[in-house]
Amino acid sequence: MIQIYEMYKTYQINDIKIEALKNINLRIKQNEFAAIVGPSGSGKSTLMNMMGCLDIPTSGNYILDDVEVSSLRDDELAEIRNQKIGFIFQSFNLIQKLTALENVELPLIYQGINTKERLRRAKLVLENVGLGDRLDHKPNELSGGQQQRVAVARALINNPPIIFADEPTGNLDTKSGIEIMNLLKELHRKGNTIILITHDNDIAQQADRIVRINDGEIVEDRQVV
Amino acid sequence: MGFIQAYKMAIKSIRGNKGRSFLTMLGVIIGVASVISAVAFAQGSTKNITDSIQKLGTNLIQINITGRNSNRNMSYEDLKEFAEKNIDIIGAVAPQSSTSAKVKYGTKNMDTTVIGTTPEYERIKNVHVTQGRFILDFDVDYRQNVALVGTAIVREIFQGKDPLGEKIKIKGQIFKVVGVLEERASSATRSDDDQIIIPVTASRMITGTSAIRNFSVEAASAEKVKTAMESLEAFLLKIYKNENTYRVFDQSQMLDTLGEVTGSMMIVLGGIAAISLIVGGIGIMNIMLVSVTERTKEIGIRKAIGAKRKNILTQFMIEAAVVTGIGGILGLLLGFSIIKFIIGGLNIVPAVYSIPWALISFGISLLVGIIFGLFPAYKAARLNPIEALRSE
Ligand SMILES: Nc1ncnc2c1ncn2[C@@H]1O[C@H](COP(=O)(O)OP(=O)(O)OP(=O)(O)O)[C@@H](O)[C@H]1O
Ligand SMILES: [Mg+2]
Repeated sequence: MIQIYEMYKTYQINDIKIEALKNINLRIKQNEFAAIVGPSGSGKSTLMNMMGCLDIPTSGNYILDDVEVSSLRDDELAEIRNQKIGFIFQSFNLIQKLTALENVELPLIYQGINTKERLRRAKLVLENVGLGDRLDHKPNELSGGQQQRVAVARALINNPPIIFADEPTGNLDTKSGIEIMNLLKELHRKGNTIILITHDNDIAQQADRIVRINDGEIVEDRQVV
Repeated sequence: MGFIQAYKMAIKSIRGNKGRSFLTMLGVIIGVASVISAVAFAQGSTKNITDSIQKLGTNLIQINITGRNSNRNMSYEDLKEFAEKNIDIIGAVAPQSSTSAKVKYGTKNMDTTVIGTTPEYERIKNVHVTQGRFILDFDVDYRQNVALVGTAIVREIFQGKDPLGEKIKIKGQIFKVVGVLEERASSATRSDDDQIIIPVTASRMITGTSAIRNFSVEAASAEKVKTAMESLEAFLLKIYKNENTYRVFDQSQMLDTLGEVTGSMMIVLGGIAAISLIVGGIGIMNIMLVSVTERTKEIGIRKAIGAKRKNILTQFMIEAAVVTGIGGILGLLLGFSIIKFIIGGLNIVPAVYSIPWALISFGISLLVGIIFGLFPAYKAARLNPIEALRSE
């Protein structure tokens, strides 16, 4: 379902060009659980941004569910993000002035789902991630791990086929980290495609497949046995 | 996403950030309130000035007999008869024999102006009686020795005593005081307070002549002033045969002055309104630009999870409209309170409530608020989500 051919992403800051992605070729099938690993600054988040339709590559092709993404308009990309993709960002990206509940229901608002249904589903996912008692807290009233879980809940609320998780365990203690991983594994069992981004090899081992990138290039792509 | 939803989201966002919403509102409140109170002050001053000019009477025509005619003079009765025949152009006429004389009450006396006239004078010259009554037809017809006194005379020779019913002596004749004239505060007409009004028939004894040299005529309306003057001139020419023995003049100078004053006050008013609108507008613009620009990251987040440009713009437009709208209403209330309690309380100029200016300032504030709330939101909504997310 994800097909990437010869993708490059170059950032230009003044006269300096940074090649964040170089000649990426990658296919990820439906219901795969892939881990993208690599050292810091290797281009993992950049690759996620491309696959998640958040940014456009400098060159190359990206086909998502048989649609060439670079030919789509801004609003069409928004619709894909809204319906097909759930993001768990490395830096959470929660809206500070909204409560946990309001942050989580946000994707459903843009789908036009009514208030009652939204609140019901948002409460449910927040309970699932163990935040049933923190519904009305704003992000700055929550710990890092709790914010992480709000971000997870928001990614899951619209039940998207593809979930991108950028260092979802980075801010968590071992126990909560295991809980989040169990959650992702369960989603995978239910049929979702999971793309996990991490620099932690132990975490990556829990995926079915490991794609290692270094300096913007894929240096290894193997199945976990 | 429907409009109702966008509206709810905007309200949530306003509530979620009370501090910023309040600051934005404050910009609008101050903008609107300052425009309408500045305009009210300017309008109050204009009204003050134009009212006092108009009070002097713009329909008024004065006839002065300057020369002497061998045969006969125009009497009050002649003029009155003419006025009755030309009722469509002339409203009323009043003779005005004025002479200076010594007035005495008990042991006190003073020099003053004595005006002999008829009941019509009260209306034509816009005279007000605060105590007692004005001259009646009866007083004129039966030559009653009654008098109305100005406040300066009450102060000077009655020294606070109630003058009604008291007897005074004018040039040795005894007159009964039947009324007190209203104080004319305006300094330009100060001498109005230092005068006595008596029936025109009684004044013949004081002046020693029945010839009256001044008449006040009220035209039927301001538009009829010119026609009335022309027919009066024709009438006078028939009696005196010589154009140089009389003068007929209107208050056209006063009308011109009124026009000029009103005109320049309007310019002042417009200037004040424009400046306060610009100042208020810039205030609103700044706070909107800042508050929306600092929300670029929020816009990035919303786009990342599926908001379309239109969703973002609708939300920000409603937010701007609600915040500036509430601010505008509060600004109107504040402005009207300033007019009522401060301008009205100081009582220097009359409190004028101008609905058109209130609407203009409200409308412009709303417009500026929405434009400058929407413009940065539009820019941010055009960024790709990653760029917007990076801004902090
Ligand atoms: N907007 C940008 N402008 C310029 N350079 C950028 C931008 N975004 C990323 N980069 C550069 O691209 C490279 C890859 O960044 P990326 O965020 O993808 O790394 P990462 O693998 O996610 O690292 P980490 O594990 O620390 O999150 C880095 O060298 C970074 O400096
Ligand atoms: Mg990263």
